[in-house]
Amino acid sequence: MIRVILPVHLRTLAHVGAEVALDVPGQATPRAVLDALETHYPMLRGTIRDHVTQQRRPFLRFFACERDLSHEPVDAPLPDAVASGAEPLLILGAIAGG
Amino acid sequence: MSGIRVLVGTRKGAFVLTADGKRKQWDVSGPHFAGWEIYHMKGSPADPDRLYASQTSGWFGQVIQRSCDGGKTWETPGGGVTIEPGQMPKGESNKFVYDATPATGKPLTTHQWYDGTQHPWEFKRVWHLEPSLTDPDTVYAGVEDAALFRTSDGGTTWQEVAGLRGHGTGPKWQPGAGGMCLHTILLDPSDPKRLFIAISAAGAFRTDDAGKTWRPINRGLHSQYIPDPNAEVGHCVHRIALHRSRPKVLFMQKHWDVMRSEDAGESWHEVSGNLPTDFGFVIDVHAHEPDTIYVVPIKSDSEHYPPEGKLRVYRSRTGGDEWEALTKGLPQRDCYVNVLRDAMAVDSLDSCGVYFGTTGGQVYMSADAGDSWSPIVRDLPAVLSVEVQTLR
Repeated sequence: MIRVILPVHLRTLAHVGAEVALDVPGQATPRAVLDALETHYPMLRGTIRDHVTQQRRPFLRFFACERDLSHEPVDAPLPDAVASGAEPLLILGAIAGG
Repeated sequence: MSGIRVLVGTRKGAFVLTADGKRKQWDVSGPHFAGWEIYHMKGSPADPDRLYASQTSGWFGQVIQRSCDGGKTWETPGGGVTIEPGQMPKGESNKFVYDATPATGKPLTTHQWYDGTQHPWEFKRVWHLEPSLTDPDTVYAGVEDAALFRTSDGGTTWQEVAGLRGHGTGPKWQPGAGGMCLHTILLDPSDPKRLFIAISAAGAFRTDDAGKTWRPINRGLHSQYIPDPNAEVGHCVHRIALHRSRPKVLFMQKHWDVMRSEDAGESWHEVSGNLPTDFGFVIDVHAHEPDTIYVVPIKSDSEHYPPEGKLRVYRSRTGGDEWEALTKGLPQRDCYVNVLRDAMAVDSLDSCGVYFGTTGGQVYMSADAGDSWSPIVRDLPAVLSVEVQTLR
């Protein structure tokens, strides 16, 4: 199972706690994790990546294992610690605005 | 027993204010969707417990929320958790994609940008939701960048009414200071195929065939801030309103000027009359008197607050031109709030109630058609929209 930590507003929207556990088929990549996340929680579609372009929304970032993965290719493998469930993938909202 | 439900959208969540028909004691529920901008909430005339809300965020985009119990509980239509692994999502309630398909849509053209160049359409948010007069599952959505969308399955899926964006004048539309938004949708109660919409900054438009074809209805508007002050499109219309008993008579609060049309928008004439300033955002019509209208004058386009620090609603009982200031119960010194375009509404009790919200977080109401006012709440986040349901 892959662990994903969502920003507060998306936890509220999806009616989940801080962390969700996902069964991700195949290789664990950002795209595969987001596909699984949106499949289980369809209300999150469009909130993390654009509906059409599938690009990450500008004010969100992806972190894991103390690394910023936001600009990694979406089909690049996630760190082994994330794939094994030892470490979570963090989706963070930028600290901006009032 | 009658009752009133006031739906308030704010910068930081939604609030539902309820009272019985006396309108004295109010219950405040919220914030719903705390921390999100709620641009608009509105109930279905065909089923008052069916509510829709536009929940939006610069971080997370657009979400549509629906309630089937008058705002007690909410859901994202079609967005329930799927249990079976690999099962595809049931719906796409927050998906607004311009229709550029050859069969039903229009090419994704460009509009005018702030610097005069052309810019492609980019969806940003839903400004206004207008439920059908007869079907709780059918709702129109006015969006930024300006276009009209429609759902017929209770908000699960949305399709663009592409004839509006693509009818030909789109390259001349341009964003106002708040963005290029379709903010007003009026459904003609006497003709289900007729809709009026308004866009900042493009103007007013009308369809007579349920959205297939559209045309501008801006003759008579005069806007000195655009290259051709009498242009067919390009006017910054802030709001239009009608009375359901007389839907060919339209009232408009333009960027500057309060306007009136007798012929469903074919032509307009100014009715600003003795207003202290004819800049403003809201305009609305008394529930029982088609010639009684309300505006809240704002000092100017560069100073978005009431003149002299006095919050005054102006009422005309003559359909414009002759206006009286309504001040009883409203702050008459040191008041520098704004009243945004979707933030005024009326109820339909025998003594018509009038309601408006401010960017200072107050929601004021009058149970006597504006003669006197009192705050329902004083300290909400900045109010973006106010809608009222009269429950019988």
